[in-house]
Amino acid sequence: MDFLVPSNIPPLPTYHVMNHDGQLADPTREPPTVSEEQALVWYKNMLTVNIMDTIMFEAQRHGRLSFYMVSAGEEAITVGSAAALGPDDVITCQYRETGVFMQRGFTLKDFMSQLTANRNDPGKGRNMPVHYSGKNKVGVHAVASTLGTQIPHATGVAYAFKMEALEDPTATPKVAACYFGDGAASEGDFHAALNTAAVRKCPVIFICRNNGFAISTPTSEQYIGDGIAVRGIGYGIESIRVDGTDIFAVYEATQEARRKALEDGGRPVLLEFMSYRVSHHSTSDDSFAYRRRDEAESWSSRNSPITRLRKWLEKRGVWDEEMDKKARKEIRGGVLRELTAAEKEKKPALRGIFDDVYAELTEEAQEQRLELKRLFEKFPGEYDLHEHEGGVGGL
Amino acid sequence: MAAPRLFRPASRLLSSRLTSATRPAFSKTACAPSLLRFRGYATAGGAKEVTVRDALNEALAEELESNQKTFILGEEVAQYNGAYKVTRGLLDRFGPKRVIDTPITEAGFCGLAVGAALAGLHPVCEFMTFNFAMQAIDQIINSAAKTHYMSGGIQPCNITFRGPNGFAAGVAAQHSQDYSAWYGSIPGLKVVAPWSSEDAKGLLKAAIRDPNPVVVLENELMYGQAFPMSEAAQKDDFVLPIGKAKIERPGKDLTIVSLSRCVGLSLNAAAELKQKYGVDAEVINLRSVKPLDVETIIQSLKKTGRLMCVESGYPMFGVSSEIMALSMEYGFDYLTAPAVRVTGAEVPTPYALGLEQMSFPQEDTIVGQATKLLRL
Repeated sequence: MDFLVPSNIPPLPTYHVMNHDGQLADPTREPPTVSEEQALVWYKNMLTVNIMDTIMFEAQRHGRLSFYMVSAGEEAITVGSAAALGPDDVITCQYRETGVFMQRGFTLKDFMSQLTANRNDPGKGRNMPVHYSGKNKVGVHAVASTLGTQIPHATGVAYAFKMEALEDPTATPKVAACYFGDGAASEGDFHAALNTAAVRKCPVIFICRNNGFAISTPTSEQYIGDGIAVRGIGYGIESIRVDGTDIFAVYEATQEARRKALEDGGRPVLLEFMSYRVSHHSTSDDSFAYRRRDEAESWSSRNSPITRLRKWLEKRGVWDEEMDKKARKEIRGGVLRELTAAEKEKKPALRGIFDDVYAELTEEAQEQRLELKRLFEKFPGEYDLHEHEGGVGGL
Repeated sequence: MAAPRLFRPASRLLSSRLTSATRPAFSKTACAPSLLRFRGYATAGGAKEVTVRDALNEALAEELESNQKTFILGEEVAQYNGAYKVTRGLLDRFGPKRVIDTPITEAGFCGLAVGAALAGLHPVCEFMTFNFAMQAIDQIINSAAKTHYMSGGIQPCNITFRGPNGFAAGVAAQHSQDYSAWYGSIPGLKVVAPWSSEDAKGLLKAAIRDPNPVVVLENELMYGQAFPMSEAAQKDDFVLPIGKAKIERPGKDLTIVSLSRCVGLSLNAAAELKQKYGVDAEVINLRSVKPLDVETIIQSLKKTGRLMCVESGYPMFGVSSEIMALSMEYGFDYLTAPAVRVTGAEVPTPYALGLEQMSFPQEDTIVGQATKLLRL
C-alpha cells in the first residue's frame, strides 16, 4: 500500500528563458521569437505601468483619488501574457492587471478617465479606481472587487466560444483568459471553475499571479502544498510554473498554453507565474506592518522584471541609459498631463445614477429621476451640479 | 409598477384627509369594475389540464427551439432529466451542448452561466433547489445583478436562474426555505414566483427572453399539480408580463395578497370565508416579486379597505413586510383595519410532519386570521 506523500514529491520546476543578466539561461536554445521592436513596446508598457503606479499611489496620498493598487514586480506577467493572447480573446481580471489593459491598447487617457471617474470613463464613474471597464475597447470584462468570481466567468466565456465555434467553424478560434492571485486560488470559485472547465473542455487559460502575499497573508500560511500549478493536475488540467519576472518565459508559456487550449475542440490550461508583490497590497495597506522594509527592496534589486528586459535590450544595442532616462521623463510627463486633464474633465451625466440597473429604465427609477430633477430645480443653491456633464440637464 | 404615478404617498394625503368627509374606500365607486372583470388568460373553450412541471418543460423546450443562444445547465438536468424531471426529454431533443450536466459545484456552474451570459449567450441555470444556490449567491448578486450597471451598461447579463424554492415535504430546515425576500431586495435582479401552470409557462418564457438576470422561484410541491391551461397559453408565443399581478378571485371585503403555493391556499380559504361567513375575499397572485405590482395591490385595498398578506417566508423583512410598508405609504387612508400578515414561523423548518405543518400557513390559519381581521 503506497500513500502519496506530498513532501516526497519533488517540487514542480520553474520555466525560465532569461537569466538575471538578461541573457539566455540555456545558451544552447534558440532565442525567443520576439522582434526587438516588439520587445521595446513591451518594455515601454512595463515602464509606463510602473511609473503610472508610482504617480497614482502618491496622488492617492494627496487625496486626488480614493484608492489605488500598484503592480510593481508583476509587470512582466501582465504585459507578457497579454502579448501572447489574440486580439479577439476575452479576459477576466482580478484587479492587479494594469499591464493587461496597457498591452491591449488602453491609453493613459483611458486609465485616467476611470481613475478620476470623469465622463470619458466607460464605466460611467460607478466603479472604484483601478476597476477598469474595458469590454468594448480591449475585450476585458469590468473588474470586480469580489475575489475569485471572475474565474468561473472565464470558464463561461470559453464555453460560449466553444458553442460559437460549433455553430460557425469558420470563426476565428478564441480563448478566454483569467487572472487571479495566489490568495484568490483558495476561494471556492477557483476550484469550481477549474473542475467545471476541465469537465466541459472549455478553451480557457487560468493565469495565477503568485506574488507571495494575499494582503498580509504570506503563501506559507495560504497553502501547504506545492503552490497553485499542482492543483491543476488534480483537476486533469495541463499546468506549468513559470518565472513571472522573465517576460520571455511568460510570453512563451502563454503562447503555448493558448495553442493547447484550442487543440482538439478546446481544453483548459493553468499557468502559475511566480513573482513578488513589491509594494503594499493597495493604498489601504501598510505592508511594513507584516514584512521587513528591506525585503521588498532586496528582491527588487535582484529580480526586477523591468531591469531584466532592459539588460536584454541593452545587450542587443537597441536601448541605453540615455534612451531610458528620456523615456521615463516622457512617460512621467504624459501621466501627469493626462491626470491633470482628466481631473478637469466633466463628471458623468447625472442620469447615470439610474441607467443600467436594468436594461430598461424602470417606471420607479423614472419617477425618482424626475423627482430628483424637481428638487434640483427648486433648490438650485443647494446642489453644485456644474461638474457634471450637462448639469441638471444631464439628469 | 410605478406607484407614485398613480397614488400619492399617505403622508402627502394627510391634509386632504382632514377635509374629506368620507374616505373613498367606503364609497362603492372606489371599486374598479375593470378589475372585477379581469380574469386572466384562461378561456372556457379549448383549455386542457397541464401540470406545472409540464408547463415549465414546455416553456424550456419552446425557448431552446426558438433561440439558439439559450442553453440549460445544472446538476442532473440532462441524462437524469432533472432532479424533479422539469427538463425531461430536452437532452434527446437538443443534445448535450444545449442541455448540460454539471459537476456538483453551484459556484462553478452558476459562475460559468454568468460568464456565458456576459459573453452574449442566454443561459438557463437550474439549481436543484434554491437552498443550494446559497453556494452561488455571490455569483447571482455580485456578478449577475450588478455587472450591467458597474460596467457602464456595456455588459448585459441575460440569464435565468430557476429551480424549486420554499419548503417541500419532510426535508427539514436546510431544504425548506423561501428566498423571495432575499432576491427581491436586490437592484438589478427581477424575481418571479409562479403558482399555476399558466404562470409557470408564461413567466419562465418571459424570464428567458428578458435581457436582465431573472430569478424564477418555482415550488416543488406544485410540480405535480395540474391546472387548466387556456388555448392561448398552449401556444408557443405565450408570455406573461413580468411585474404584473393577477387577480385570481375578485372580491369586495378583503384583499389577500399571496404568491406561489400560498395562492392556492388563499383561494381555498377565500372559498371557505364565502361559504361560512358570506365574505368576498379578493385574492391577488403576485406572480412577480420584483418588480412588484403595487398598483394592483393598492387598487384592491382601496376597494376592500382590508389587507392580508400570505406567504411561506419568514415573518421578518419579508415580502409581506414590504407589501405592508407599501400599503402604509400609498394606501393608509383606505385601510379600515390594521393590515395583517400570515407567514412561515420564525424557526428553522422542523422535520416532523406535525411540526412542519405548524411552521407554515395552512388554510385554517388564513381563515382564522381573516375572521379576526374582519371581526367576524
